[in-house]
This record gives sequence, C-alpha cells and structure tokens, in this order.
Amino acid sequence: MFTFAKARLAVLGTGRRCVALRAFSGALRGVASSESNEESSTSENQLFDVIISGGGMVGTAMACSLGLDPNLAGKKILLLEAGHKKEMDRVPETYSTRVSSISPGSATLLSGTDLCSFCNVLSVWDACSDALITFDKENLQDEMAYIVENDVIVAALTKQLQTLSDHVKVQYRTKVVKYTWPRPYHVSESIPWVQVTLANGKTLHTKLLIGADGPNSMVRREAGIPTVKWNYDQSAVVAVLHLSEPTENNVAWQRFLPTGPIAMLPLSDTESSLVWSTSHQHAEELLQLDEESFVDAINSAFWSNENHSELVETAGSLFRTALSVLMPDSGSARQLPPSVAGIGPKSRVMFPLGMGHATEYIRHRVAIIGDAAHRVHPLAGQGANLGFGDVAYLTKVLSQAAFNGKDLGAMQHLLEFETERQRHNLPMMAAVDLMKRLYSTNAAPVVLLRTFGLQATNALPPLKEQIMAYASK
Amino acid sequence: MYSKKLARLAFGVLAESTFKCPLTRSVSSRVNAARSLCSWTLCLHHRQKNQLSEGFSRRLTRLNVRTVSQTTVDPAEVRKFQAMASKWWDLQGDFAALHSMNDLRVPFIRDNLLNMHGIQQLGKPLAGLRILDVGCGGGVLSEPLGRLGTDVLGIDPVEDSVRTAELHSSYDPDLRERVRYQACTLEELAEEEAEGFHAVVASEVVEHLADLDAFASCCQQVLKPGGSLFITTINKTNLSYVFGIVAAEQLLRIVPSGTHDWEKFISPEDLERLLESFGFYVEAIRGMMYNPLTGAWSWQQNTAINYALHAIKCKEEPQPGQVWAESENLDKPGRATNYS
Repeated sequence: MFTFAKARLAVLGTGRRCVALRAFSGALRGVASSESNEESSTSENQLFDVIISGGGMVGTAMACSLGLDPNLAGKKILLLEAGHKKEMDRVPETYSTRVSSISPGSATLLSGTDLCSFCNVLSVWDACSDALITFDKENLQDEMAYIVENDVIVAALTKQLQTLSDHVKVQYRTKVVKYTWPRPYHVSESIPWVQVTLANGKTLHTKLLIGADGPNSMVRREAGIPTVKWNYDQSAVVAVLHLSEPTENNVAWQRFLPTGPIAMLPLSDTESSLVWSTSHQHAEELLQLDEESFVDAINSAFWSNENHSELVETAGSLFRTALSVLMPDSGSARQLPPSVAGIGPKSRVMFPLGMGHATEYIRHRVAIIGDAAHRVHPLAGQGANLGFGDVAYLTKVLSQAAFNGKDLGAMQHLLEFETERQRHNLPMMAAVDLMKRLYSTNAAPVVLLRTFGLQATNALPPLKEQIMAYASK
Repeated sequence: MYSKKLARLAFGVLAESTFKCPLTRSVSSRVNAARSLCSWTLCLHHRQKNQLSEGFSRRLTRLNVRTVSQTTVDPAEVRKFQAMASKWWDLQGDFAALHSMNDLRVPFIRDNLLNMHGIQQLGKPLAGLRILDVGCGGGVLSEPLGRLGTDVLGIDPVEDSVRTAELHSSYDPDLRERVRYQACTLEELAEEEAEGFHAVVASEVVEHLADLDAFASCCQQVLKPGGSLFITTINKTNLSYVFGIVAAEQLLRIVPSGTHDWEKFISPEDLERLLESFGFYVEAIRGMMYNPLTGAWSWQQNTAINYALHAIKCKEEPQPGQVWAESENLDKPGRATNYS
C-alpha cells in the first residue's frame, strides 16, 4: 500500500480532541488565498503527463499520491476541479455533515496515525429481531476505522498539494466541456494524446486522463464505458447529532430498519454523525420535521421494538441459547447505543442512493477511479475506502510503469490496475448490495434467516476477523 | 517473437535469393518471397571466415557495400514498407511481442546501468548517459530508454523505419529532446563517434549480421571504456532449430520461411569468446522465453532459445598472454589499436 511519505493532515485549531491533525512542516506557508490557481504559463496546447478530472476526496488524493511518488518525479500532473478551492486555516468549531469512515488501509494512504476520531467497535443489529453482531478487536488499541469529515480530508490534501506545486498543478473553477479520445495506435497527422477542452476555450493534452468525477462521471460517459447501475429507492439523511451525555464515544452503531439502515458514527465524546437511509418520502418528511421531532424519530429508530414479531423473538432467543451452549465464549457484552439530545446547527441534508459499477475501469489513455467507477450504499462505510484503494493501486502501477520507461497511458499496466481492483471491489459491492436487500424486508422467513445468520456470524470470531480484514484493506 | 525480429533489419543478410522481406507475416504471405534488399552489410571488402565456431559459415557469397540510398528495393516494396512502417506502434498488432519484450529488455539494461552508474536523478534514473540503439527499427526500445532519461541515438539502415520512429517520438516533447534517429550504418557511425557512448544496445540484431567481427569491433570503438554492450539474440541449438525455424517459420508461420538462418544463430559461449577477443568482459548471460499464448516474455535459466547478454568494454589493456592466445585473428593488421 503506498504510503505518503511524511504526509500529515494539518493540525489546525484548538480544543478539538477529535480531529487531531499535525501540521506538515512548511505546509502552512503559502496557504495562498487566491481562488484560482490559473497557470500563467498554460499555453494553448500544453501537454501534461497526467490530468485528473475531479477534485473530490479521491481525485485530490490521487494527485497527492502521484506527486509524492519518487518514480514520477518530474512528471507534469494537473488536477481539474469545477468547485472552489477548499481551504481551512482552522478546523471549524462545528462539524460538517458529510463524513466518511476511513479504514486503516486508507488511513495509511492519507496520513500518519494522528486521527483521533476513531471507532474501535462496530455494532450492527437488526430492528426486526434481537440479532446483533459486534465487530471489535481484542486489543482495543487498534482502531477499526476513522471517522473524518470529507471537507477536512479534502482541505488537508489540498494543503499537501501546495507543497508539490512544482510539478502538480491544480486548476479550480474549471469545467471540462469535451474530451477527445486518441486512436488506439497512432496514425500520422493525428494527435496521440487525450484532448481536454475546457469551458474557457483552452485545450489541454495529456498522456493519461484519470476520471475521478463522481457517480455521474463525464469521463465515463464520454468514453462510452457501459455501466451497470440502479437506484435504490432510498435517500440518505445526514446530520450531526449531539448526544445526551458525554461518553467514550468509540462505537459506531447501525440498526437495520425495514425502511433502511440508520447509523450513528462517532465524531467526539459528545457528537456523532447520523446517516439514515430511508425511502425518499420518509427522508423528505424527516427534513421537514422540527428539531425535537427529528431527535425523537432518531431515538425511536434506535430503541423501539415495534418491528419485533413473536415468532422471530422466540426463534432468535432459542438460537442464541443454543449458540451459547456450543460456544460459550462467543459474543461480547451488549452495549446500548447512546441517546440523542439535539442536532448540530448545520442543516440536515439528503442525497439519493444508488449502486453503480463501470464494466471497464480503463480505456486507452483513460482510467476511472472512485465513485466514477463504483458507487455503493453507505451502509458499510466502504465507498470512500474503495476509492482510496483505487488510488493506492493505480499509483503503484504507474510508478512501476514509469520506472520501466513505459508510456503512462499504455493499456498493459492499466489492465493490471483494472483486473486487480475489480477483483477487490466487486465482491465488496455485491456483499453490500446483498445486505441492503436482505435487510429491506419484513417478511418472516427472511427475517429468521438473517437473524440466525447474524447471530451465527457473531459467534464465530474467525469469520468476523476475515470480514474486518477485508474491509480494512 | 520471431516476426518482431523480422522487422529489425539491421545489418542485413545479403544472401541473394533466400533473403525474404523481413516485415510481417501478413506482408510476406501476401507477397510471395518478397525481397527486401534495402538492407546492407557490415562486411567490408573481403570475406572473413569466422574460425571461432565450426560450421558457422556465413552465407555471403557476394559482397555488397551498400548504403541505404543505394537500395535496390523496388517502389512497390517501398510502398509496402511504408504501409508496414505504421504498424510498428500498433501495440496489439504484428509487433506486439517486440513491445512485450521491453518488459525484459528495459529492466535488464536499466538495472545493469544503474549498478554501474547509480541513480542519477529521481524520475530519470539514467539521466546523463548516452546509449546507441543499433537496429532500432521503429524505436520500440529507444523510446523507453529515452523516458528513463538517457540520450538515445537509434540507427537503422531502413529509412522508413527511421522516419516512423522520428514521427512517433516527435509528438512527445520529452522524447523529442532526448531520442534521435539516424539512417546509417554502424561503421559510418563508428568513424564519427569514437568512444562516445556509455552503452550500446543490439537487440534482435546479431542473428541478422553478416559479419560479427566487424560488429564487435565497431561496438568496441564507439563505447567509452567501461561502457556496456547489451545483446539479445537466439542460441544455436537443436531446440532453437525446432522452435525458431521449424515451428515458427514452417508450422505456425509466425515468420515467413527463410527469415532466419539457423547457421547465423550464435551460442552464448561463442559470442562470449568473440566479444572477449575484442576487449569485452561478459558480465551476465540470461535466458529468455516467449509464451505465445500469453504473449509475454519471462526470464529463465535455460539459454537454449533466446538469451540476453551484458558485456563491458575492458578499461585497461588486456595481458598479451591471456587474450591474444585465444584470439585467432592475429593476422588482422592494426589490431592493437583497438585496445585503446
């Protein structure tokens, strides 16, 4: 796994135990305020080695990762982002609503081990029964995942990029209107590079285009890469929650309701982040509720037992007894989720959920990474991690190719990237989709099935370890 | 693999009737016994018998000192060359195996040069070194070496190949500065560029040469003392006859019949002896294997078919007692001047 040499997320601000970030030496210098990083030397047809389209978490991480690689020193890299530059001189006092759970593997890519907002335990249970599964590490020193705000990640990566500005350039407020693809092998008089036409009329050329432009990727669409996708009839509502009492908040809770999972991710001792996936209509209703009713809705979602049926309860407890006879040591003591007292000042937002997977991640001189290539339900907190995994592997592949003197856009090593990542991503996506469907119903047989399944899995530490290991990569 | 070597018209074989157009299989099959006489020879003004290995007879019966401009290729052939010249860079096309051989050749050259010179610069590990690519063809090997930072001069007698190579590298500003091509012979170059290169690469060339002695002598002239010579070629064994001639040419028709002459293959031991007689020290020999199913090359212990060789030009004068006794070319006048 490629590690950022000495990359650190900047430590900014005070009094926030939760996001302890350490300054990269010299990173605070030149945190310039100029909004547009327009290249004064960009001529009409400047040729770059790599252009990354899309400056979200994954795109910016890709730019940093390539910029820090020693074998790619001297290559010209450009990041194009349609939005504003995300700068943070200080970490804001209040949390923003979009957060991601970062697995240890991704954390290695992103930073040192200074992220303090970690969760040690992941506790997942079914609303329709008492089945519960708890993922925890024996030794609670290790973190299972880090919960970090998306804005903070992007800001920290942006800061890192500024130290690499001699060969990694960034252009903000830049929109691409057209891509022109090269022929597979070059014919005289035709340009063998990818041409990127910007809204301001300039044309850029590149040997490799990396599309990191999100689930509605223009790169993917223009390249004509077929995508398997469907919409879940669900939207996710996100908000920041204030807990009713401070607690050693290192457990992530997720309860599967028939309408969809509701999850609470720890941010600090007193705050957590809410991700509630539910039907579109319910999501809109939730947004309309006043604060108190919203908080009540959350609490009842976590605590109420209205979905339990007699049959399932009896069957579940019988099974649990049987398991405890067979494997007396299995299962940890049951913790209870914290209750919520209020919500953060930033407004609640909702966004639609869907599943998408590009059948190909690459074309000649093109690669797509992150949500452009694969989009998952947030129930397992894996979306960003799959993207960071793509970043790490693609960097490794490009680094090796450069050391072998290869043309960066050549298919051979891009194919290697695609094969490896599809092998990793597809099982994960299939599992997430299966989980979502499995838990979307109230029907007794399915509920029984999943109840037994969950309890049995909970009773088998080796199986849980396998799952955790896979998700942590 | 074999068809890729076809495309490497370096020091041509000048056998009159048996030499076929060494382009691609498809061309040859279309054109019956196409001749490419636009190759040339290293042979000077007299025929030299190679006494180093028995039965290693050259097929030259006629001496031609030709430069590219005096080629007798007819215009139809030139047009075909032109058509084929564009195929050099079709990575899934006829030259695919030559491109995939880069996976072995480039690390081999790079690592050996890094061992000797150390990493010059991050991102351009071989910066500052000058390399001569003999028989460069369309620049398939010259370009990766150029990307690693070296200054590459690629020479090839076939002008069209050189033009293709120049066109391909012209689009990339990095390569434009570092990789140059010239349509000329090694001898012509040896006169101008004595001791000018840190390394000479002759990949898939030696099996097409008329005169290995002259080749070795020219390499020795153009290399700096302590410079490296990299050769990849085919061994002269029963196995290479079976796979290289019978299977590739006659059974599977990967290469047109007659492209390779088994007599011209040379075993690593013979090549080593030859190079040592010209003041080289052979530092490494490794076997290579091509898998036609996957289209990939791999290293192997066995040098029975393909092999790669790395030799270094000795820096100091060799002891007269040691080297000269082995060399059987004592009749060559002015030999001592080669060891300068």
